[in-house]
Amino acid sequence: MSESTTYTGFWQESPRSGILGWLLSTDHKRIGIMYLCCIIATFIVGACLGLAIRLELIAPGETIMGAQTYNATFTVHGILMIFMFLIPSIPAAFGNLLLPIQIGARDVSFPKLNLLSWYCYVVGAILAIIAIFSGGGAPDTGWTFYVPFSTQTTTNVNLAAFAAFMLGFSSILTGINFVTTVHRLRCEGMTWGRLPLFVWTLYATAWIQVLATPMVGITLVLVILERVFGAGLFDAARGGDPLLFQHLFWIYSHPAVYIMILPGMGVISEVIPTFARKPVFGYWAMALSSLAIAFAGSLVWAHHMYASGMSDFAILVFSFLTFIVAIPSAIKVFNWVSTLYKGSIELAPPMLYALAFIFNFAIGGLGGLALGAAASDIHLHDTYFVVGHFHYVMFGGGGFALFAAMHYWLPKFTGRMYNHKAAMIGWALLFVGFNVTYMAMQTVGIQGMPRRYYDYLPEFTTLNLVSTVGSWVMAVGLIIMFVNLWQGVRKGRPVGKNPWGAATLEWQVPSPPPLENFGEEDPVVTKGPYNFKGVVADEY
Amino acid sequence: MSIEHRDDTGSRFGMWLFLYTEVILFSGLFILYAMALTKYPTQFAKASHMLNIYFGTINTLVLLTSSLTIALAVSAIQMGRIKQTLTLCWVTIALAIVFLINKYFEWSAEIGHGIYPGSEHLAEMGPGITTFFNLYYFTAGLHGLHVLIGGTLIGVVAVMTAKGQVTSDRYTLLENSALYWHLVDLVWIFLFPLYYLIL
Repeated sequence: MSESTTYTGFWQESPRSGILGWLLSTDHKRIGIMYLCCIIATFIVGACLGLAIRLELIAPGETIMGAQTYNATFTVHGILMIFMFLIPSIPAAFGNLLLPIQIGARDVSFPKLNLLSWYCYVVGAILAIIAIFSGGGAPDTGWTFYVPFSTQTTTNVNLAAFAAFMLGFSSILTGINFVTTVHRLRCEGMTWGRLPLFVWTLYATAWIQVLATPMVGITLVLVILERVFGAGLFDAARGGDPLLFQHLFWIYSHPAVYIMILPGMGVISEVIPTFARKPVFGYWAMALSSLAIAFAGSLVWAHHMYASGMSDFAILVFSFLTFIVAIPSAIKVFNWVSTLYKGSIELAPPMLYALAFIFNFAIGGLGGLALGAAASDIHLHDTYFVVGHFHYVMFGGGGFALFAAMHYWLPKFTGRMYNHKAAMIGWALLFVGFNVTYMAMQTVGIQGMPRRYYDYLPEFTTLNLVSTVGSWVMAVGLIIMFVNLWQGVRKGRPVGKNPWGAATLEWQVPSPPPLENFGEEDPVVTKGPYNFKGVVADEY
Repeated sequence: MSIEHRDDTGSRFGMWLFLYTEVILFSGLFILYAMALTKYPTQFAKASHMLNIYFGTINTLVLLTSSLTIALAVSAIQMGRIKQTLTLCWVTIALAIVFLINKYFEWSAEIGHGIYPGSEHLAEMGPGITTFFNLYYFTAGLHGLHVLIGGTLIGVVAVMTAKGQVTSDRYTLLENSALYWHLVDLVWIFLFPLYYLIL
């Protein structure tokens, strides 16, 4: 980007120059890039905390930190990774970058609101960081803020909960923006049946963001009010009900895991047809299963609470509904695999991440059924199996999908290609390290090791050691991946419009796309997003 | 080179989505109310009778009237009657202020009697009554905050109307503010009977 002679698209074109051109920009691509920088920074901090947790658990007893520090570490790891990394990762960063271009629009419906949502995110993030270093110490409640502990602990829960509230507000604004944009700004010929599947998943996600997020907002506000006024709404001794908190919390926070995974599924649905050179198998099944996941996923929240003393009938109902969610999820997995069948598969880096996603997500998803079935959940509840399962779907799914998206679309937005060989080495280490780390966790969980303790019984030592070593392999993979991508962004080979030979709209504009995405004339779409007839990849 | 979209339907669409999120925000408190009511029906009835129904009724009338005036303001701007629009906006804001003043006196009286979240007096009255008043303060407080935001919003739009930035063919901002104000009204329409009337 240093040479002024080369074309740099939206990186240079802006009404304002310098840093203000970014901080006051309403261009969806610039906002997307700002989100991307923030979430990668958060991810790196969160990953370091995760490595610290693994290091503490390398052997029984106190290794590098005591109980209180450990509690604070896993809490902050959770808050950072969930509220500041996973929830905005693909929707806010890549959603902003791509949604308008993919539907042939020049920007989102409310560009100023879009910038405001970024500022809400930044304010929330800053408050979260202040919460760690001020007051009574970093929060130690776990990211779920469960009462009664969260209303009694002396750590800085108030500020952390308010930070999560702000981050939720940012998420709501993005959701409103995306739903409106998809309804109002599709270009001529961009019918619902021609929407790229990534847009479908963003659309479904945006609905969840709009419908569910306010619930966690009011719940966190109530936790703060409980702490400030001692109201006792969630305190059984004063006539309240702590279970109500869990219900209110999970009414949002379960759908929130679909906010984290659905757009990832969308990314995979873009990558797989492109590198299999085949239209996606079952377009409408894919599109509608996104909506089905969003809908059914909103009705299963109490499966987090089987061991809480809820009625048996409620457990039965929520267990059944949980199994319903598996159907649209399985439709997606089968359709990806069917798309690969007899395809002309090219194992480029984004494709490798997509295949890893399918592998990890299948394991994580099936583990989810083991947890969703009431009988097995009683055994597995609050063990390391839950931690392993969650990381399989969220990191092995959502995280890998983000990496797939970065390898797939960063050449588009920077106009430069990274080194493929290094990308593959990074991928291999990440994939192997990931599975070693979390498979060991799942196994040790089945053996009965509880989560959220800094210490454990000696019989769990071997598997914990394996898991910690796996985390180091993963860390090396991550470093290679990020360094390679950064070098690609800085001084990789320039690429043309369409390095992968994909058929969606973003590949028909220059790399990087210009301000307002399309030239003088609005695009007119005449064929589907996975119609590869006549589409040829540019040499690079 | 700024990006100038003009999509009034889109703006309204977005506003309705936002109003939906507001409904969900309040619904959390209404769920808590429903659960507590099933648990403590007699205590809730007793606590409800301790509220002053006159304050509530007057505020209901005030808010309903303000909803009428802001709706009339939208009609007025559609017909290009700027002066009338401004008057109606200011009346709406005045009514919002009346609502808040009324609320201030109501709460002062209750706090004077030792009824407020976390008070000793409230704790002595037992679990159900405590829950009722906590929910009453939180719900009405959140609603009061919305009155404040809505009033400010209408004030800003009124100033923009006076400056000619909101006109008869560009009035979505006023319309959306009015929608927001109707939501504030709507929440109160549910809040008032639940806390003052039906028990």
